[in-house]
Amino acid sequence: MTTRTAARAVKTPEAGALVAQRRRRYSLLTRHDKLLLALMVGLPLALDLILVWGPTLASIGLSFTNWDGIGNLTVKNFVGLKNYQFMFTGYTLFWPAFQHNVIWLLWLTFVATPLGILFAVLLDRDIRGSRIYQSVFFLPVVLALVVVGFIWTLQYTPTDGFINNAFGLVKSGNIIDWLGNPRINLYAILVAASWRHIGYVMILYLAGLKSVDPSLREAARVDGATEVQTFFNVVLPVMAPINVVIVVVTAIESLRAFDIAFIINQGKNGLELLSILITNNSISEASLVGFGSAIAVVLLLISLVPIVAFLSRVMRTLA
Amino acid sequence: MGDSREAKRVANRLALLNTGVELPLDLDLSRRDMLKIAGFGSLAAFIAACGGTTTSGNTGITATGGKLSLGSYGSDPGSKAGIQAIADAFSGANGGTKVTVNTVDHGTFQNQITSYLQGTPEDVFTWFSGHRMRFFADKGLATPIDDVWSAVKSNFTAGFEASIKGNDGHAYAVPTDYYPWAVFYRKDVWAAKGYTVPTNWDDFKALCDKMKKDGLTPIAFADKDGWPAQGTFDILNLRMNGYDFHVNLLTGQNGQKWTDPKVTAVFKKWSEITKYYSPAFAGLTWEQGADQLLRKQAGMYLLGLFVSDEFKASGTPADVDQLDFFAFPDVGSSYDAEKALDAPIDVYMVSKKSPALSNDLGQAKAFMEFMAKGSTQVLYWKNAPGSIPTASDADTSQYPALTKKAVEIVSKAQKITQYFDRDSRPDFSGPNGMQGFLLRFLSSPSGDTAGLQGDMQKFWDSLPPE
Repeated sequence: MTTRTAARAVKTPEAGALVAQRRRRYSLLTRHDKLLLALMVGLPLALDLILVWGPTLASIGLSFTNWDGIGNLTVKNFVGLKNYQFMFTGYTLFWPAFQHNVIWLLWLTFVATPLGILFAVLLDRDIRGSRIYQSVFFLPVVLALVVVGFIWTLQYTPTDGFINNAFGLVKSGNIIDWLGNPRINLYAILVAASWRHIGYVMILYLAGLKSVDPSLREAARVDGATEVQTFFNVVLPVMAPINVVIVVVTAIESLRAFDIAFIINQGKNGLELLSILITNNSISEASLVGFGSAIAVVLLLISLVPIVAFLSRVMRTLA
Repeated sequence: MGDSREAKRVANRLALLNTGVELPLDLDLSRRDMLKIAGFGSLAAFIAACGGTTTSGNTGITATGGKLSLGSYGSDPGSKAGIQAIADAFSGANGGTKVTVNTVDHGTFQNQITSYLQGTPEDVFTWFSGHRMRFFADKGLATPIDDVWSAVKSNFTAGFEASIKGNDGHAYAVPTDYYPWAVFYRKDVWAAKGYTVPTNWDDFKALCDKMKKDGLTPIAFADKDGWPAQGTFDILNLRMNGYDFHVNLLTGQNGQKWTDPKVTAVFKKWSEITKYYSPAFAGLTWEQGADQLLRKQAGMYLLGLFVSDEFKASGTPADVDQLDFFAFPDVGSSYDAEKALDAPIDVYMVSKKSPALSNDLGQAKAFMEFMAKGSTQVLYWKNAPGSIPTASDADTSQYPALTKKAVEIVSKAQKITQYFDRDSRPDFSGPNGMQGFLLRFLSSPSGDTAGLQGDMQKFWDSLPPE
């Protein structure tokens, strides 16, 4: 690589000079413009480097250490790949957490998001009281996830909670431990998460549906297409940009899942999630900064998949 | 994590009216060897601290007037009022030292302790004794206070003295209050059904069976937050395997491993009583467990003395009067005689990195001496009655019967532990580690625990050296 460029540089010294000259001659930008451009590009870039890439690289670096957050990092703290090795082979919480994140993603993708889309399609049909339904379904989106966690904890609490009491399970002695039974508590909080996610998807999709050209539907109807056919063959393809946004939103929601599980029991006993493992390891009295960083790096790699997919799609549309 | 219980009693704690508080004006400002100062701080700083408002030619390690900052995790109303009362009393007694109290939410304070102590902490801060205290002392984030301790140690028992010593043998804290763990019950329920206090394991289980027949939940148990189960592990391990084994196990000393058959035996014993626990206990908070006892739905509850706060919060003094407790029954081992129990001790410490400490060290030490007085600790106890003063000269005449009994049960114990999450490393005892492991055990208590114990040891081995 270097030898090739060096050889080229030797071969055509004048050409290089010519190019540089020509560029200067034809520049449409004044010095003021260039300064402005440099500022406009440089400032966000600097912020991005300092606030996003700096910590990211620091995390990657820390993931090879056993630093406990006290004192300075020394060579002694460097442990190589030990954190990763333990995470994948010895740490009993990693794979359950990974699995819970996947379940979260599948649930949101195949249950919550389709429901949100269904609600949007139904509300788009100008049924009576459409505005009221919209507000009702959208209301949870206004709440912080922490608040959603609190609200649903109150519903699910075994002895005093609404659900067990409403169904008379407390009286009859058949208490269901919605929060403490590791077989069902993940699904219990997925219902809570969906409660919010459905409204979110619904409002996004509704906004998209409103912008679909009505003449397209009319043409489909004239051609004798059924409602279902119209939706899947005409509306859905037209909605492609919104669909991508919704897929990305769903992926992000499932990767950053944290609040509800943390509020309920700090993410243990069946509610382990990758984000919670990071917090419990590095941002707590435990202070296992190195190991927490290793989990964070894995989560970063996983997150890159939808981000890259989304960006490449956006780039393609722009080009 | 475990001490989120203290954060949680917040809402329910009934702040007692602080009536007739006397300002202890017996200015016992000790005068000790000036040379000691040189050992523990700069002489120049000390002189600076004494400057200005010093009322007399005080040549001790303490200083009057000036300023002092205090970082406190006492964020619930009772603790907050108690600490403010102490700050005011200290100011009055110490030549008008201006005390700034910075109160931080209990859980937040705990989670951020590492960065707090390394950043710009206050001169003096509230903390826990045990491994949690020694850990930060080892890391050089606390100032040793041997001079203060030698002046006040006659006011404390040997057990308390041991609780504030670092691994290097220096004193790092002043113990201010504690609360024992025991089995709580309602006197009226027991009298109506004719139950008697069980003294051994078989009686205990027989009583549970009887309660079950009577339609009660024999043992209230609530472990959503993960830490309450550690109390049961502690007491069973202490009674079955003894204090030394327990301490070695929790600190990994002398090659003690979690895979030891003695630990298997503890789980086996434990599985004999899990069928008596509250239904859906993994989804209940300790407050909800206390409510089962309060509402006469449960017969017994193994918890700390702070369970009385929940009874007080009910608003019916009659309920508080019905609360009583007994020491955990003997399990038939040679260690029963130790009568060991958990009695966590709260302490005050002097930080190391406080930017003002070079000026305030004299005041900080005066404050530590002040905290070692019974009269000061009673000020706090009046506001936060779920904890008991540690000083021998505390006025015990005003204690209610329950507190008196709590003092007695602790004094009978030959060995005292601090509680699992104070005796073991925080990274092992938290939700990541033991809290999760115990919940796993409790989800199928009768199963084989070999795999679980193996995972415990694997997790322990993965932790970085301390």
